[in-house]
Amino acid sequence: MAETLLDVRNLKIAATVYPPGEKPHDIEIVHGVSFTLEKGKVLGLIGESGAGKSTIGLSSMAYGRGGVRISGGQVLLNGRDILAGSEADLRGLRGREVTYVAQSAAAAFNPAKRLMEQVIEATLKHGRASRSEARARAVRLFRKLGLPNPETFGDRYPHQVSGGQLQRAMTAMALCPEPDLVVFDEPTTALDVTTQIDVLAAIKEAIHATGVAALYITHDLAVVAQVADHIMVLRNSAMVEYGETRQIIEAPREDYTRALVSVRSIEHEEKRPTPEPLLKVENLTARYRGTDFDVLKNVSVELHPGQTLAVVGESGSGKSTLARAITGLLPPSAGRIGFAGRVLSPQMMDRTRDDLRELQMIYQMADVAMNPRHTVGKIIGRPLEFYFGLKGAAKRRRVIELLDEIELGEKFIDRYPAELSGGQKQRVCIARALAAKPKMIICDEVTSALDPLVADGILKLLLALQRIEGVALLFITHDLATVRAIADAIAVMYRGQVVRYGTKSEVLTPPFDDYTDLLLSSVPELQLGWLEQVIAHRKMESAGG
Amino acid sequence: MTHPIVRLLTQRIALGLLLLLAASAMIFAGTQILPGDVAQSILGQSATPEALANLRAELGLNEPAIQRYFRWLGAALHGDLGTALTNGQDIATAMGKRLGNTLFLATCAAVIAVPTAILLGLIAVRYEGRWPDKLISGLTLSTVSVPEFLLGYIAMFLLAVKVAAFPSVATIYEGMGFFEKLRVVGLPVLVLVLVVLGHMMRMTRAAILNVMQSAYIETAELKGLRPFQIIARHAFPNAIAPIVNVVMLNLAYLVVGVVVVEVVFIYPGMGQYLVDHVAKRDVPVVQACGLVFATVYIGLNMLADVIAILANPRLRHPK
Repeated sequence: MAETLLDVRNLKIAATVYPPGEKPHDIEIVHGVSFTLEKGKVLGLIGESGAGKSTIGLSSMAYGRGGVRISGGQVLLNGRDILAGSEADLRGLRGREVTYVAQSAAAAFNPAKRLMEQVIEATLKHGRASRSEARARAVRLFRKLGLPNPETFGDRYPHQVSGGQLQRAMTAMALCPEPDLVVFDEPTTALDVTTQIDVLAAIKEAIHATGVAALYITHDLAVVAQVADHIMVLRNSAMVEYGETRQIIEAPREDYTRALVSVRSIEHEEKRPTPEPLLKVENLTARYRGTDFDVLKNVSVELHPGQTLAVVGESGSGKSTLARAITGLLPPSAGRIGFAGRVLSPQMMDRTRDDLRELQMIYQMADVAMNPRHTVGKIIGRPLEFYFGLKGAAKRRRVIELLDEIELGEKFIDRYPAELSGGQKQRVCIARALAAKPKMIICDEVTSALDPLVADGILKLLLALQRIEGVALLFITHDLATVRAIADAIAVMYRGQVVRYGTKSEVLTPPFDDYTDLLLSSVPELQLGWLEQVIAHRKMESAGG
Repeated sequence: MTHPIVRLLTQRIALGLLLLLAASAMIFAGTQILPGDVAQSILGQSATPEALANLRAELGLNEPAIQRYFRWLGAALHGDLGTALTNGQDIATAMGKRLGNTLFLATCAAVIAVPTAILLGLIAVRYEGRWPDKLISGLTLSTVSVPEFLLGYIAMFLLAVKVAAFPSVATIYEGMGFFEKLRVVGLPVLVLVLVVLGHMMRMTRAAILNVMQSAYIETAELKGLRPFQIIARHAFPNAIAPIVNVVMLNLAYLVVGVVVVEVVFIYPGMGQYLVDHVAKRDVPVVQACGLVFATVYIGLNMLADVIAILANPRLRHPK
């Protein structure tokens, strides 16, 4: 029996913007989206950041984040128009009929309160159960979601459990009042790939066991394909395509959907190691001041001129620390860093200007890596001035050359970072690094904060620049798809150690060590039933082994 | 293994004691730098050089300053603050009564001001940008801006002269009934409350508004909680540290900074006592008052930090 739970008709959402020097005015950020969701079904909302996914998801609770408000259309939940309701009506609906799972559970839990208190709060507030019933229900959910020690898990504070556990706890919090609909807003995006798969499986299992309907918001098509019955593809705040999951993945009708499905189309031929490596890291060991354990243990890797070494691993595996040690920001306690035939001094302060110039860095957060009060021209011009003493017209000429190289062009020279998109900001950071004419650039998760198609553009640009300038890239990432796309050599890091190292084909060819196997098999694949296959495979292995 | 919080608290308390030691040294040094001579001030201008020399020897003034400092500090730790030069009274006894009076006044003001300030802060956040917020902010800002002596005289004019609800002079004496005392200190308490209310309320408002930006506040909204529940249950516990800090600063002010109000209402507290003896250049009393004020100030600030440490769940419940 298909019964409609949520019926969104011609939904329009507006926000007030305050551009500097202009009068505040309204802009429409969602232009008339319609869809329906049946009881117990899962609808995936997919699109790039800024496509209006979260905004549409939250509209099912009649909630607008920040200055956002619903400006037109109808949202019918269980047959009644919730947009016509009063504040008190909405409070009765939120946390009872519809609940929410946020992207960052770490931020969404109140740090001052125990988990149990927060998990059962909405259930108690809406009188859905007595305190003892609610607690029992929460413990059942903890168990169902695979949380450790479900009986006592709720006694802990948010900071005492891991990110993956918090995300599950938030799912328990959303399911505890037994709502009709749960809005999952990128619930696994902030997690490591090996954690994501377990959380994803737990969420899917919980959705099926409770029969709750869900809106599942994500930018990762491979993830949503595992949980959704239907998928709606959004772009620029409008619907591009809507259909059954199988149809969207196997027979997309729209060009944009096809681009999403076939993203990571980069072809990159692996280069062979040269006789003389550019960077030779030998037995590097490092720890942070005031701690008593090594975050890097005996790390040895090489990077050849004009090639790409990808360093992969989960958060906390020491990959960024390796970058800090190579740049001299964190002097290692043991080991040697050879670079271009010489030995780099461990302290950045002791390095020569050429040492500094030849080794540049690009960061994940392009926004905070640029001075917001400098123009693009000034940002890129700074290293030209500092390293080469360029001034005036000569400097401007070189800045324009670099802007052309990153495919932005002269018109960007007087813009401020705030006037750029995420991808454009990262391009400016790349130009700034290139301005120093480096031999090597360390790229620390440079595409992680970007949407897939934008990230793809950045990777293509980096590869093209590598061909032209012959620069070597040390590419730090947690994203294995990126690694496959661009690496010549790969180092897999786990708990401060390199557990697997070699050329790309060596590293990605079986037999694997346990960790690399876990890492590789955890990467979501755009294929129906992938999640079940992997989970079943792992269960069999653990039962057999 | 000891709980890490014990170490943190021990560190903080040790730092407070160290600070107090430094303050005592500065007070002692400060009074030494002042021109003039204690023996001279006791005996007057007409004293003979022999008499001066004798008294100096008797008072130990010929010893090096460092020795005198430690003798003074050691005695103070045993509760002996010396004798006043002007009337030969034991300072500890004389000051004890005054300190008791000042603490009574401060406690009365604090009991009213602290809960009121926090409640007003919560209300201002609940109606942020709307008329209750603007009204509260405007009123408290104006009471903070008016000098306290002027507030005192206005209060006296309205409530003692025009309406005669309270006595205009806050004279209290031993053997007075508790409620009688309360009535007598009504006006100074009112003035003190008005002076400290604004600062505490505005900081409470700012601290909670800061927390209101957090993602967990959105979580609470999406659970369907009422706005005031969200502020009181979810925002306030995370804003305790900055609020306690500003509350303690104001409590310290109620003890240490009430000189003007005490003089206006002729209230027999520490402020009056200090002012009287500064005028008479009674150095031992000034030193003793300085030491007591420093102790109160450092003690309350230390307490603020201790509460802030205890209120932090990350420190209270380590991983």
